[in-house]
Amino acid sequence: MSQPLLELQDLSVHFRVYGGYLRVLDGVNFRVAPQEKVGLVGETGCGKTTTMKTIMRILPQPPGIVRGGKILFKGKEVLRMDTGEVEQMRRREIAMIFQDPTAALNPVFTIGEQLFDAIRYATGKETDHRFLHEVAVRALEEVALPDPARILTNYPIQLSGGMRQRVCIALALACPKELLIADEPGTSLDVTIQDQILRLIHRLAEERKMAVILISHSLGVIRDWTERVWVMYAGTIVEEAETQELFARPLHPYTQALLRCVPKLTGEGIAKGIPGRIPDYFDPPSGCRFHPRCPYRMEVCSREKPRLYGTSSHQVACFLYQEGKR
Amino acid sequence: MGKRTVWGKWWYKFSRNPLSVVGLGIVCGIVFVALFAPWVAPYPEHAGPYVNYGEANRPPSFSHPFGTDAFGRDILSRVFFAFRSSLLMGLVVLAIVVPVGVTLGLVAGYFKESWLDVFIMRVTDIFLSVPPLILALAITSVLKPNLTNAMMAVSVMWWPWYTRLVYGMATSLRNEYFVQSAELLGASKFHILFREILPNCVSTILTKMTLDMGWVILIGAALSFVGLGEQPPKPALGTMVSDGARYLPEHWWMAVFPGLAIMLIVLGFNLLGDGIGDLFSLEEA
Repeated sequence: MSQPLLELQDLSVHFRVYGGYLRVLDGVNFRVAPQEKVGLVGETGCGKTTTMKTIMRILPQPPGIVRGGKILFKGKEVLRMDTGEVEQMRRREIAMIFQDPTAALNPVFTIGEQLFDAIRYATGKETDHRFLHEVAVRALEEVALPDPARILTNYPIQLSGGMRQRVCIALALACPKELLIADEPGTSLDVTIQDQILRLIHRLAEERKMAVILISHSLGVIRDWTERVWVMYAGTIVEEAETQELFARPLHPYTQALLRCVPKLTGEGIAKGIPGRIPDYFDPPSGCRFHPRCPYRMEVCSREKPRLYGTSSHQVACFLYQEGKR
Repeated sequence: MGKRTVWGKWWYKFSRNPLSVVGLGIVCGIVFVALFAPWVAPYPEHAGPYVNYGEANRPPSFSHPFGTDAFGRDILSRVFFAFRSSLLMGLVVLAIVVPVGVTLGLVAGYFKESWLDVFIMRVTDIFLSVPPLILALAITSVLKPNLTNAMMAVSVMWWPWYTRLVYGMATSLRNEYFVQSAELLGASKFHILFREILPNCVSTILTKMTLDMGWVILIGAALSFVGLGEQPPKPALGTMVSDGARYLPEHWWMAVFPGLAIMLIVLGFNLLGDGIGDLFSLEEA
């Protein structure tokens, strides 16, 4: 396998709270190859966004504390970078867009002013106004916004949610980047707009040969728009596989349960859900964090933390798949 | 329906409260007479060391609407000239206090829970814990009493209010998504402080500045009342009230009219400040 673009090794992030620590991320391993479109699924509160914030170095510290592990981006250790290197990384290499486009734009400036600032940062202090205008218009055209010249003079409040999300993408990608982190990019929009946004992200990623990490709790979205999926549960990666493979043959009991929860038009499976609830991070279950909810739990599950078993194309963190079993 | 212009909309919002318009009128009037005092005042030479005992202690009349003082000087003319130092005091104090206070508040708020925050805010608290007038009195009495030192003293006691105000806003704005996305685009700290956070505080700062104009002028008058502001023979509202108070009650006009002038200027800026606050309110226009 070629050198990954981004690699997380045993990343652990805790939050300091009254009386101790919340162990939010517990040894996350994660890899993105260049130009790969990767999905990260999991329930709300399982640590998806925390992971991404740690990569981008915007995790609020305190209360967050990186307890261990490494983040390698193109072989550089992200957690060891100084402020200048982090700024360069954000300007030139990794872009991130958020779930809520209504809050991601500064309400007191026009779209144009915000785009110009972004371009100035990414290209390094280009002050020629005509150049800025040209790049900004092109950036808005790329995200399929009609009448870019007019939108440049608009304030965020004058645009709809879908348009704002497009502007956010234009801001993030005004200049070429190698990795786009899309944190639930359409969740706060209606389904048709969400689909357009995801289509747009996909198109841009193809055109620019950019890798994408798509975070979602919607399995449908993940299935449609990614090549490889990482399933996260309570701050750990429980399964990793190519998208087709994962949906055809889910191995981890959590993934299986998650797939069963998807409501089908026939009506079956609607009220099933997964018994139990996401664990308390203050005092997480010992061993495998899923074991209290797992229908197949064994004695070993509460004692030891499973590592990832399986082949490089399909890995699962479950003792059921230890060598010699199943 | 007429044309909907930006200025028209601002004026509509502002003028919905008639008191704001009254405030604007008062402030404009005062600024006008202060700026053009040498031409507007009936006896411009009375603003200086002028003495005419023949005209002394005259009650209000057509030639002297506010009466004359113990030296025979026209009180109306002196009030007009006194507005100059009052307004100058307000402007200079705010020009010093706002940049300093706002910058410190932004820095402390954005770097919340760092040593910078702790240091700036504890110093602010110390300044806020001393009664402002006492502090200003102490400073001016150590220095030579004149207008410059009075302005300095008031500035020293005033900046913490802006630091506190902006600190509060910055601590909440720093968690907004648009600040985070600016960080994600690789914006510098300077950009985030002054281009992302500050513009979102401007409306509140502007409103407070207008209200504070009145308060600073009042403090200035209090300082000159005890003789620590503008020195005689130059006219200052506070000095005029304290001089006139010695002739109460029979020569009441000597203290009452400068007193009313103080009231008017503070009232004007307060009403205007409320009106400016209305401009930035999010209610439908």
